[in-house]
Amino acid sequence: MRNMTTGKRNFLLTVVAILVLFGLSFVVQDGVDTYIRRIINLCLIYAIIGLSMNITNGFAGQFSLGQAGFMAIGAYMVGIFTVPVNLRADVFYAVPMNPYLVNIYMPLWLALILGGLLAALVAGLIGTPVLRLRGDYLAIATLGFSEIIRIIITNANTITNGALGIKNIPSLNDVRYIFLATAVAYVLISLLLSSSYGRAFKAIREDEIAAEAMGIDLFHHKNMAFMVSAFFAGIGGGLYGALLGTVDPKNFLFTLTYNFLLIIVLGGMGSITGSMLGAVIVTAGLEYLRVFDEPLEIMGVAIPLFRPGLRMVVFSLLLMACVLFWRHGIMGTREFTWDKLAAFLKHPFGIRKKGVQRK
Amino acid sequence: MLKIRDLVVAYGGIEALKGISIDVPDGDIVTLIGANGAGKSTLLRTIMGLEKAKSGSITYQEEDLGPLNSQHIVERGITLVPEGRRIFPNLTVLENLKIGAYLRKDKNAIADDIRRIYGLFPRLEERHWQMAGTLSGGEQQMLAVGRAMMCRPKLIMMDEPSLGLAPLVIREIFNIIRRINETGTTVLLVEQNANMALKVAHKAYVLETGRIRMEGTGQELLENEEIKEAYLGKKKN
Repeated sequence: MRNMTTGKRNFLLTVVAILVLFGLSFVVQDGVDTYIRRIINLCLIYAIIGLSMNITNGFAGQFSLGQAGFMAIGAYMVGIFTVPVNLRADVFYAVPMNPYLVNIYMPLWLALILGGLLAALVAGLIGTPVLRLRGDYLAIATLGFSEIIRIIITNANTITNGALGIKNIPSLNDVRYIFLATAVAYVLISLLLSSSYGRAFKAIREDEIAAEAMGIDLFHHKNMAFMVSAFFAGIGGGLYGALLGTVDPKNFLFTLTYNFLLIIVLGGMGSITGSMLGAVIVTAGLEYLRVFDEPLEIMGVAIPLFRPGLRMVVFSLLLMACVLFWRHGIMGTREFTWDKLAAFLKHPFGIRKKGVQRK
Repeated sequence: MLKIRDLVVAYGGIEALKGISIDVPDGDIVTLIGANGAGKSTLLRTIMGLEKAKSGSITYQEEDLGPLNSQHIVERGITLVPEGRRIFPNLTVLENLKIGAYLRKDKNAIADDIRRIYGLFPRLEERHWQMAGTLSGGEQQMLAVGRAMMCRPKLIMMDEPSLGLAPLVIREIFNIIRRINETGTTVLLVEQNANMALKVAHKAYVLETGRIRMEGTGQELLENEEIKEAYLGKKKN
């Protein structure tokens, strides 16, 4: 058991680290070009959504693939309510916007939170029938619901502008804002998962029958994990819409969910810090693999396969290699902790005087 | 303490328990022996609220357990050490114990209880940071018992605690069962290892294909010729 003083020290270190990074985000905001800033923001947003997916899939052990749908709810909440009122007629040029909504404007933060809450509410409604399923069946059902959400959005023309999407969302390419949102999500999710709720989630993941025999209410906890996950996916989706400046139903195809699946598998199912790491690697990786999409000539000879689309082939191969040879991902269920860092700094190359004795 | 009357439990159309009645007096060790498929685990799972009874009643301290779900049953002080241990393999020993105390809110008392469990099972303390899945079979069984003790049960039910363990370890487990009982916890034990189980029992039942075949004190059943032949592997002569 950890004593109070190291617990306090670790808490302080985390606070300091977040403050330092927040300070750094001001430097980054002014110091790099828009393209790099966009990639950094995308990493941060994907980290939020990766974390949210890890709550259900990694911690509670419920294989859910509904993330894209919940993101869409958050993104549309931002899209519908943060477009300046005077620009709305331009956006809804085919079918006019619903007269009740057309004059309602919200600041971004409010739309984000409401989007998260609506996503959680929808998750709660979906969860009641769906969370009785397990494994593959749950995955299929959640995937289906995420598509249903998208199709409803595509057809609710007066609210969502249908297949045309919503443009003119005030673009938010601001590292400071998005970093702050990510930090808040990280802290809240860490607190939840290290509480007794988090322990109950893990118990359900490990063995449902034993968990139930310990008095853990399976349905209540699964539903809670699902709703919290949807909440943060909604927030992440809202930020995603704000970053792009436009939302479109096609952005939220179920294939979007696979990005986050990759993030949590690569980072480690059941590791919070792993999700953060996975988000950075996958997002930055997808950007830097773009060289494969461009024609390549070596000494005047065009290499045949280098054309748009090869990036995804390479990416899929990497994913397969990762799953085949590195099933637990980078972190497994482990976490980066200050204690481990301190131990590493004391004995950098695994030389420990006395300590852990394995059998 | 626990009274079961004419309990019938069916899976689909097949009755696993065909109307059994059992009494578990306060402070005793009650043993249920029987072969595979006799309905032993079904009985424990039904008491725990994990299966629903078709008819009959389960009363615990004058209260009908029928309509309660497992969460409330754990709150009443009944706990189950499930068959095959079912510890949480990718959580540490300490986390496993903490989950056992899931429904309790009294942090200090929980810390005391963890110390008490470590006193009972020093091996668990040595390995408290280890993933429970890396423990040996005997240690996992100790952890399963320790985890169940964490909710301060008045009645602890154990489903085949000797399953797959070496004879020496089994003896150790049974010693612990006795010690747990001596501290005032009532024990309902289900076993195929009839010899050990009957020796510790104050009272015992023989379950055969969903019915009670026989009952008596542990000693009576140990000396019964039929039991000797069918369960203890001794020839009649």
